[in-house]
Amino acid sequence: MLKLAGVGAGYGPVQVLYDFDLEARAGEVLCLLGRNGAGKTTTLKAIMGLLPLSGGTVTLNGADITALPAHEVPKRGIGYVPQGRRLFSELTVSENIEIGLMARGNGRATRARVLEMFPRLSERLDQRAETLSGGEQQMLATARALCLEPSVLLLDEPTEGLQPSMIQLIRETVEAMRAQGVAIVLVEQRIEAVLTLSDRVAFIENGHSREVVDTSDLTAASPLLKKYVGV
Amino acid sequence: MEFGPHLLLATLEGAVGAAVLALTALGLSLVFGVMRVVNVAHGEFYMLGAVVAWFVASTLGSAPATGFVAALLIAPVCAAVVAMAADRLVLKRLHYDPEATIVATIGILYIMQQTALMGFGPEARPVAPPFNTRIALPWVEWGENGLALFYPWGLSTTSYKLFVIAAAAAILIGFALFLSRSRFGLIMRATQLDRETALAFGIPVERVYSLVFGLGAALAAFAAVLIVPIQQAHYLMGADPLLLSFIVVIIGGLGSLRGTVVAALLIGMSDGIISVFFSPTLAKILATLLVALVLVFRPQGLYGKKRA
Ligand SMILES: Nc1ncnc2c1ncn2[C@@H]1O[C@H](COP(=O)(O)OP(=O)(O)OP(=O)(O)O)[C@@H](O)[C@H]1O
Ligand SMILES: [Mg+2]
Repeated sequence: MLKLAGVGAGYGPVQVLYDFDLEARAGEVLCLLGRNGAGKTTTLKAIMGLLPLSGGTVTLNGADITALPAHEVPKRGIGYVPQGRRLFSELTVSENIEIGLMARGNGRATRARVLEMFPRLSERLDQRAETLSGGEQQMLATARALCLEPSVLLLDEPTEGLQPSMIQLIRETVEAMRAQGVAIVLVEQRIEAVLTLSDRVAFIENGHSREVVDTSDLTAASPLLKKYVGV
Repeated sequence: MEFGPHLLLATLEGAVGAAVLALTALGLSLVFGVMRVVNVAHGEFYMLGAVVAWFVASTLGSAPATGFVAALLIAPVCAAVVAMAADRLVLKRLHYDPEATIVATIGILYIMQQTALMGFGPEARPVAPPFNTRIALPWVEWGENGLALFYPWGLSTTSYKLFVIAAAAAILIGFALFLSRSRFGLIMRATQLDRETALAFGIPVERVYSLVFGLGAALAAFAAVLIVPIQQAHYLMGADPLLLSFIVVIIGGLGSLRGTVVAALLIGMSDGIISVFFSPTLAKILATLLVALVLVFRPQGLYGKKRA
């Protein structure tokens, strides 16, 4: 589905990713796991075309999207939930949703379906995004990405700083998307969540891709976890 | 003239200046807000609008109204085209770097100014107003029979000046609606708030920048067409509106459109009123002082947001 091969990327002169490989399959949750600063966010930005690549290729369903301008990437069906949510803070809930719909020309049916998944948002359509609670903001960031009707969903620490009921809602959303055959790349720090939600785990260390394992082969005491995240 | 009527007259003069300034400063503020580019050449797009207006009006000759209406449509389009070319050829190649674009737009300023000097010449040239009826204004006075209206000598304005105020107000309202209601308005606001996330949601940011730069220049040119029947076109006429626009944008808050309009009214009106009662120099001194006070006590401007 989504495949990175030999990707190098960074910020200006600072190289962060080296010869990076990753593959996410349709209908699975692939967890990208590594320490703070390992390059997880950078990987997702590289997929979105937001960083210039110094090498390698990104392919989506066999089509090479490496050279695509950044604004064309979401049109191919990649939905992005950035770290820290990155809502359009001064726009209303409704306008944030509208931006998500615009990306692929989706209409009312999509909007209704997405809002149905997050009823709290439908009650706050005219409220500015910056005035939402943390949990509501995360719902909106997720809803905005789902408005693309994505076939690939990139989620960067979507449960950071949320209370358990919100975490549960995000989790159910991810499971629903997986059931619909969406390929999901999830960056998640809480090991317990990684172990119970994901299908496979890809480790990342200092910008290098490391082992990729089935989650069923991992336990909380696995040496891989100790080696790459120190728990 | 007595104080009351004199003040009314000064206020009207100030309102004309404020109206034109609001349009010009709006263009500067829009470009800075969305693109983070300080467009030092903004005044030259204003000048370009006036010069094009003169060419259009003198080409179409006979009927001032036809020439003026044509100029009102053609000059902003010309300015927008030149601005979009400058965006493509210069700003885009600098990746909209905030510092490099300041230097680059200074260069654009001189190129435009010298081109105008060569093509248009050093003279100031008038454009005839489409209509210019003198309108005497009434004033009230306590007479023997209570309140009475009378027409003080010298208290008058022209239909054209009233038209300038109305046209500018219409454009400002139209622009506010365009920004808050239209699809492209939404795209501009999203791009202003978070360029990277806008890209991640399919907004072609560079195309938006190009259009915004064109739109900013078109606003300045439109303002200039409005003023040119009152002030004449001249190749150096861009300096004052640039300075005043900067003052307005700083006082109003960088990137805040509402702040820009409020500050333009404040500066434009007080500039007009102080110029009439005291002197234009004192008006500029006070405006500059106000900028200094704002920078010290409220650096984000009246309506600006504190930046981290
Ligand atoms: N804009 C930037 N400019 C320069 N270096 C950056 C920039 N953003 C991130 N980096 C560097 O790139 C490296 C990887 O950062 P990245 O954000 O991808 O890490 P991460 O794995 O997502 O970490 P975290 O778990 O803290 O979110 C870090 O060393 C960071 O300092
Ligand atoms: Mg990160």
